[in-house]
Amino acid sequence: MPTEVLQGTLDLMVLRTLETMGPQHGFGLAKRILQVSEGVLELNQGTLYPALLRLEERGWIKSRWGVSDNNRRAKYYELTARGRRQVAAEAASWERTVSLMERFLRKPAPTTGR
Amino acid sequence: MRLWDLFRRRRLEAELDEELAHHLEALEAEHRARGLPAEEARLAARRDMGGLLQTREACRDQRRIPVVETLWRDLRFAARSLRRTPAVSAAIIATLAIAIGGTAAVFTVVHGVLLKPLPYPDAERLVSIVHRRSSGPAAEEFPSAPYLYFTFREESRTLQGIGLWRMGSASVTGLERPERIQSLFVTAEILPILGIEPRLGRGFSPEEDSPGAPATVILTHAYWQRRFGGDASIIGRELVIDGAARGVIGVMPPAFTFLDREVDVIVPFQLDRSQVTLGRYVFQSLARVRRGVTRAETASDLARMVPLAVERFPPPPGYTREQFAARPVLSRVKPLKEEVVGDVGHTLWVLMGALGLVLAMACANVANLMLVRADGRQRELAVRSALGAGWLALARELWLESLLLGVIGGIAGLGLTLAAVGALRTFAAPNLPRLSEVVVDPIVIAFAAVVALLAGVAIGLLPVIRYARPRLAASLAGGGRLTEGRERHRARAALVLVQVATALVLLVCSGLMIRTFHALTRVDPGFTRPEEVQLVHLAIAGAEAADPERVTRMQNAIVDAIAAIPGVLSVAFADRAPMAGDNNSDTVLMAEGRTLFEGRSRPLRRFEFISPALFRTLGTPVVAGRDLTWADLYDKRRTALVSETLARQEWGSAAAALGRLVRASPGDPWREIVGVVGDLHDDGMNRPAPPLVYFPALVGQFWSTQAASFPSATFLVRTPRAGSESFLRDLQKAVWSVNSNLPLDQFRTLEEPYRRSLARTGFMLAMLAIAAAMGLLLGSIGVYGVIAYSVSQRTREIGIRLALGATGSELKRMFVRQGMALAAGGVLIGVAAALAFTRWMSSLLFGVSSLDPTTYFVVAAIVLLTAMLAAYLPARRVTRGNAIAALRCG
Repeated sequence: MPTEVLQGTLDLMVLRTLETMGPQHGFGLAKRILQVSEGVLELNQGTLYPALLRLEERGWIKSRWGVSDNNRRAKYYELTARGRRQVAAEAASWERTVSLMERFLRKPAPTTGR
Repeated sequence: MRLWDLFRRRRLEAELDEELAHHLEALEAEHRARGLPAEEARLAARRDMGGLLQTREACRDQRRIPVVETLWRDLRFAARSLRRTPAVSAAIIATLAIAIGGTAAVFTVVHGVLLKPLPYPDAERLVSIVHRRSSGPAAEEFPSAPYLYFTFREESRTLQGIGLWRMGSASVTGLERPERIQSLFVTAEILPILGIEPRLGRGFSPEEDSPGAPATVILTHAYWQRRFGGDASIIGRELVIDGAARGVIGVMPPAFTFLDREVDVIVPFQLDRSQVTLGRYVFQSLARVRRGVTRAETASDLARMVPLAVERFPPPPGYTREQFAARPVLSRVKPLKEEVVGDVGHTLWVLMGALGLVLAMACANVANLMLVRADGRQRELAVRSALGAGWLALARELWLESLLLGVIGGIAGLGLTLAAVGALRTFAAPNLPRLSEVVVDPIVIAFAAVVALLAGVAIGLLPVIRYARPRLAASLAGGGRLTEGRERHRARAALVLVQVATALVLLVCSGLMIRTFHALTRVDPGFTRPEEVQLVHLAIAGAEAADPERVTRMQNAIVDAIAAIPGVLSVAFADRAPMAGDNNSDTVLMAEGRTLFEGRSRPLRRFEFISPALFRTLGTPVVAGRDLTWADLYDKRRTALVSETLARQEWGSAAAALGRLVRASPGDPWREIVGVVGDLHDDGMNRPAPPLVYFPALVGQFWSTQAASFPSATFLVRTPRAGSESFLRDLQKAVWSVNSNLPLDQFRTLEEPYRRSLARTGFMLAMLAIAAAMGLLLGSIGVYGVIAYSVSQRTREIGIRLALGATGSELKRMFVRQGMALAAGGVLIGVAAALAFTRWMSSLLFGVSSLDPTTYFVVAAIVLLTAMLAAYLPARRVTRGNAIAALRCG
């Protein structure tokens, strides 16, 4: 069952993808994100673009026009130094959240015995 | 950065489209590669992509700066809405432009003349020191004297420096033609006190200002350019001024002006301290106060030094030190700006106030129009507010509209300001000090901008209050006409009340000025037909000026030569021109048996030195006794004439003065009064005629000289040809037939100083009349608008009344009465305001009280009549038929 993108997680996915893959255009990014999600994620690929703009405005990524594999003009996005730090910080905070949630979900909440 | 995005939005959008298209194509290609047919591949790609429109919209939202963008949208909306009613918008803009332009123009003058500091470094510490005999409010102030200057210079604890100066004129000879120039005499401190260095060469050293030092001169930039074409080798050359060679040591910078005076050359006084006596108050002073010293400290410092000065210097011959010590002068520092600007400040502030009132009226009128416009959009606004437009959004929109009008009006007004300041500079030229500084500069532009914005806010206030309040979806509920109408009506009626009141104030002000001007022109100036009296200044220079008798003979020959010109009725000369402003108030005049020092306080007397026939030339009657004759001059007879005012003050009547004795200093012999002449309004028509004494232009034993005459004199010629080119040529020929070396200057008719004495009142009158006319017009428009609106609102009522048998004229009267009631209310408020406001301008009035009942009555009548007319015009429409029709249609 595919799932909607959780609010706020798309940003991290984009940043992380750019970190591992290097500069990408929009189509490449979308393809990679869907590939990694192995069909779990349902993504309206158009929603990528406002997210890219948002990240650019925050100074985490930057864009430039380049030429794609099929010789078309395409806009390439890449991580900035600030973006790199942001990935690290967000990944850490995400991991903390996940491990916290795991603790709640795996074991039943400890009761206070009298 | 983001703001920049706003402007390149088009390009950004295109780029986004390109990016999305690329993405789509890539998806499509992928689907095709997976074996889908072309059409299906495209649909699949679309599906994967999601809504393109939403994407674009989301990107746009991401990019925009919300405030700026909505502002821009609202602004465009406002501009469109203004374009929808071009006539009303144009009327609003024109009204605002005139009002803002006028206010900014007067502000330009106020700023240039009154507010800007003088063009010297630290100008606020520059003062002049003036003196009085007594502390009464009417006591005349007179300038400084060398004995005070030396004392202040040596003893002062509060003055950083003090110097003396005096304007004079001089002849320059030795160049290709003789020339009359304006010379400024100074002590060495004057230029350093002002803080202005010569541009070329150097200033005067204290040695050069000492007696016996070689004669030097500094040129002003303008004179250097005019006479020597800016030749830098002038330094070190010699210039012959009044027959004496002076070495040129410096040239002032082009920006240098000396207190608004026209100056060609600057010359050191070379005062001799050892010759200084008490008295001689004929020098202007200029001082720089030490930093941080208060006025009170300076005043007590001066009060401390005056008695010291009396101790330090000997009395002049014929006086005793005790006389001076018994009545020491009272000294005060006067800010230099006050000295330069004079009493024009009052005029300008009154004008500023008047223009402010016009501006307020214009705003009231425009506010009214804005309200009408907003009323027209009542339904629209209500619908929008019902559909969820926040009241803040509506307020912003309404205000933007009025601000836009204010700004456009302000820009147009600034154009008018430029034109008006140009005109002002031409018309007010002889009356305004510091005219060169009256320019539209950034401060004026900022002022206009602030006024325009304030006006924009003010005119939008009423619609905003009415239509953009948190409540008010209520007005959607149908017609609601009657109650709504009444409330609206009240706001507009209040505005009209204010307008009528303001118009009344302005009319009263200009009415008082008309009465003042009328009174001034009816003052007998003491001379007749001034346009027929030609004035020309002639100064005999060099060796010829040394012998008094020779000077007089030459002047007599010139008089004869001029008298021989065809059309000349009479010729005379005097040591100063009538109404020239300067005067000899130096010495105390003593009448036999009565002097200043006998314990009675007496004003200083003025005296002049004149030739025979002066009064015939001026048209001044000889009231008693006789005129002077040439024999009085050549025989150095001890004779004098006095003015009627003086004769009356001293001896009760003109006839009683004959045979009495006067003299100008205790060392002089007594002179017998042989004639009494009519009064001359020498200080201008608005001032009382000063008491005057006339001595012959060649006198023996005057002020400890053996004989004195006046080589520099103004000739007066009565002729119908005065002022014409041909007469000037004849005049020049006649003068040069006697002495070809004489420069003629200051050609003018007597009308010029006469007109100048009326000019300020005339200027004020013109400005106030314009303001008042605008006020009356705006007020009438206001009354007209209210009545017209009322008529249109009450159509049904009118129909019913007509149906019930009321006649058209009765109904007309009803509306006119309504207008008159408004106007009467406005008049009452206006009279109260005028009583307060005009008290403020009483110093500008002459021959009329600021509470003059005639003016008030006439003005109130004018306002009421105009209001009646303004109400009658729309009221006529009552009988123009459609009332009954309106009733039928329900």
